[in-house]
Amino acid sequence: MHMDADLIWHAYFRDSEYNAAILPGGFSYGDHLRAGIIAAFSPAMDIVKEMAKEGKPVLGICNGFQILVESGLLPGALLQNDCLTFVCKWVHLRTETSNSAFTNEIEKGAILKMPIAHGEGRYFNEENSLKELNENDQIVFRYCDENGEITSEANPNGAFENIAGICNIERNVLGLMPHPERASELILSPYRSSDGLKIFQSLKQFLEGR
Amino acid sequence: MPMVSGVKVDLKPDELKYIKKTLGRTPNMVEIGMIDIMWSEHCSYKSSTPVLKMLPTKASYVVAGPGEDAGVIDIGDGMVVTFRIESHNHPSAIVPYDGAATGIGGIVRDILCKGARPVALLDPLRFGSLTSGHSRWLFEYVIKGIADYGNCIGVPTVGGEVEFDDSFETNCLVNVCCLGIGRKEDFVPSKATNVGDVLILMGGSTGRDGLGGVTFASRVLTDKSEEDRPAVQIADPFTKKLIIEATLEAIQTGYVHGLKDLGGGGLTCAASELAGGGGTGVDIDLNKIFLREPGMIPYEIMLSESQERMAFIVDPQGVEAVLNIFKKWEVACAVIGEVTDTEIMRLMKDGEVVGELPAKILDDAPVIPRQTRKPAYIDKLKHIESPELPRNLTETIYQLLGSPNIADMGWVYHQYDHEVGVRTVVKPGQSDAAVLRVLNTDRGIAVTTDGNSRHTYLDPYHGGAGCVAEACRNIVAVGAKPLAMVDALNFGSPEDPEIFWTFSETVRGIADICKVLELPCVGGKVSFYNEDEARKKAVKPSPVLMVVGSLDSLENITTMDFKQGGDLIILLGDTFNELGGSEYYHFIHHLEGGIVPQTDSQREKQVLECIMDAINQKLVTACHDCSKGGLAIAIAKMCMKGNLGAQIDLTPIESPELRMDELLFSESHSRFILSIKKDHLNAIKELADQHSVPVYLLGKVTQEPTFALSYSSGKIKCELDKMKKIWLETIPKIMKG
Repeated sequence: MHMDADLIWHAYFRDSEYNAAILPGGFSYGDHLRAGIIAAFSPAMDIVKEMAKEGKPVLGICNGFQILVESGLLPGALLQNDCLTFVCKWVHLRTETSNSAFTNEIEKGAILKMPIAHGEGRYFNEENSLKELNENDQIVFRYCDENGEITSEANPNGAFENIAGICNIERNVLGLMPHPERASELILSPYRSSDGLKIFQSLKQFLEGR
Repeated sequence: MPMVSGVKVDLKPDELKYIKKTLGRTPNMVEIGMIDIMWSEHCSYKSSTPVLKMLPTKASYVVAGPGEDAGVIDIGDGMVVTFRIESHNHPSAIVPYDGAATGIGGIVRDILCKGARPVALLDPLRFGSLTSGHSRWLFEYVIKGIADYGNCIGVPTVGGEVEFDDSFETNCLVNVCCLGIGRKEDFVPSKATNVGDVLILMGGSTGRDGLGGVTFASRVLTDKSEEDRPAVQIADPFTKKLIIEATLEAIQTGYVHGLKDLGGGGLTCAASELAGGGGTGVDIDLNKIFLREPGMIPYEIMLSESQERMAFIVDPQGVEAVLNIFKKWEVACAVIGEVTDTEIMRLMKDGEVVGELPAKILDDAPVIPRQTRKPAYIDKLKHIESPELPRNLTETIYQLLGSPNIADMGWVYHQYDHEVGVRTVVKPGQSDAAVLRVLNTDRGIAVTTDGNSRHTYLDPYHGGAGCVAEACRNIVAVGAKPLAMVDALNFGSPEDPEIFWTFSETVRGIADICKVLELPCVGGKVSFYNEDEARKKAVKPSPVLMVVGSLDSLENITTMDFKQGGDLIILLGDTFNELGGSEYYHFIHHLEGGIVPQTDSQREKQVLECIMDAINQKLVTACHDCSKGGLAIAIAKMCMKGNLGAQIDLTPIESPELRMDELLFSESHSRFILSIKKDHLNAIKELADQHSVPVYLLGKVTQEPTFALSYSSGKIKCELDKMKKIWLETIPKIMKG
């Protein structure tokens, strides 16, 4: 698959001439104060918010998810992992909905293999809000075991309800802790899977269908 | 310690006499401080230089070797691989978190200042026994320090190793390695050759942290060492991330003529190496240096080891372009000096000269001839009585899998981001070496580290050579060809003739095998004074090797996990009664002594070449070298990694001279375990014959989850689930307390 993409330094991001934005992983501002909070105040985020409002797809991966949460584009918070350490390993994800800009090519219930690499990825939200997320079908990925069961053993960071990724109510903004870009080529996967690619294929599909 | 011009120095009386004679006067405070730093063992290698001359350093593909900040080798297609190993033992023993983190910071700068992007870190570590709370504390925070720093700067930690031994109880050894990939045309020397070029300091501010870190590293640790805490720097990985990107972008302008990081010895070492190396001089205006705190005197400014600083030698025409790049990345920078033709390093403050030293004075450090004496223990420990043969060898295998020196290190490497950068094809735990791909090519780089302090303690020559042998086996096992190595040599005080003998023998062993394997040494680090005054005990001699290899095609990658039931299991190489220094003696019998595995460079070369051919001919489905724990543990690991069993018949390798424990657990060199497809048996046998390598069919991989071995007088049967449970849970259980 191919899509044209530019890597842009945040201070040079002036207007939203693009069709979609991806906020990648990586310790923005060294995770000082807490992950994503400083980047959330970058002027670039005003443009990202504008793009989200226009219905353009916005994807936040790992630190990008943390930035989306800190800037209010997605609800909830990402706390320190319950094991108190950084965790880098391959996990299984269950796709909870096909109804989003990034999962329209993935069947509901499909199990994806992808790595995580974070220290602050424990999704948290209040009970009422979690209920709303469920009712509105906003929970996109949950950590599961290899058979698709949602268990506490399969939860690598203590996330509430094993939540690994959520979308906004308009379904064009997705944040997830796992790294689909590290699972998009067979050669990088110990499982010989390229499940991460499905997220980008969905994005392409979404853009072409607009 | 003697006092000169108001400062305490580590310089010896005859060194002071020599300095006064050379300068024709008594050096002032800042000058004596600078010489003290530059002539410390850490910077000058005054003890080790004559010994290190034994190591071979040349090969057609070596671009930069020892004496540069990092070794650089040409891998073809205009690409170079830059790599280096460092020690950060002393700071980590006092402040494990920041000590280890700043170790990573320093090694990353060394790679960067050769113009390459750092793409991988490896961390060979040594601690005391995990039964000690102090060692668990050091272990936990060293790992956290490495993880927090490496993860934050986005350089994956792809390998390393951990050894536990009582001799490291107070002096843990924290070695750090970094590997970079770059274009050959971007290589930058650490020299200032053009008079009139401008000296720019970039990065972190200069503070009082890390004052005199290298002189601290050149002393033994005492109960007063806690007072040396200010000599340990504070890490700032976020600034480092900006420095990496800003530096690589600045190099692209073509205006950067010389580049040097500020590490041990701070601005003093950086400036004198740049000017000394280029045959020029340099004028530095101390007023221009951005300081973290007011009131710092020249002595403090020149000796500060504050982290995250780089010195650029820039064409005067390009100063504005380079400064603009630094501003984009929001890193502090200032023009602080100019390259001159005086061959003198001159320091100015408030318009006055405050210090003046010949730029070459670093190279001028006198070499100290050290006494050597073979320690008495070496012969004494060689011949010990064999322990009683365990009644139940099944149980012994289970026990060994629970030895911290053999147990799975997932607890460590899951804390490291080992995948960032999407280059890591073979990840930690998957095989004997890590493999990184070179983006946009089909090429791979294999990298590994190896050390064995117990073998080296009992037999420095074969211990040292054995590290080279094992590291090369690790590289070959993943399908790569070893190209070059760097070494970290961690020892006690060189002033002790017995330790210096051990050091010299170790280097001789490394040098001899490197010559036969045609493996050049392109850099290294000597860390002396790893000893604790209170216990009068030095660490076990610990040479640690980092070896880099290349794969022409990623298709050749081979991992250690058994792939499929029915595959045949093959042993290449012979097993000898060499249990000295083995994990079996240590962990099962608490024995120290015996004959350690002997190296035979020619034999090693043959087996390495045989494996390279076998993998290139696609005959191998899994490959692993035999090392800690011997044959039994090697096969057990291949089973656990592949979630498959093995049915092994030991009778082809039984011999009247070998007891069953010797056969199973000897750590003899030049051996590999392979799995192959049934149809390839004859091809493997022929290939082994061609290379004069002994080859044995031991059995087959099974679907049934048991590791079963039979021999003429008995049977061993280990359950896969139980083995995995012990092997995987040992370290997490200990660390949970």
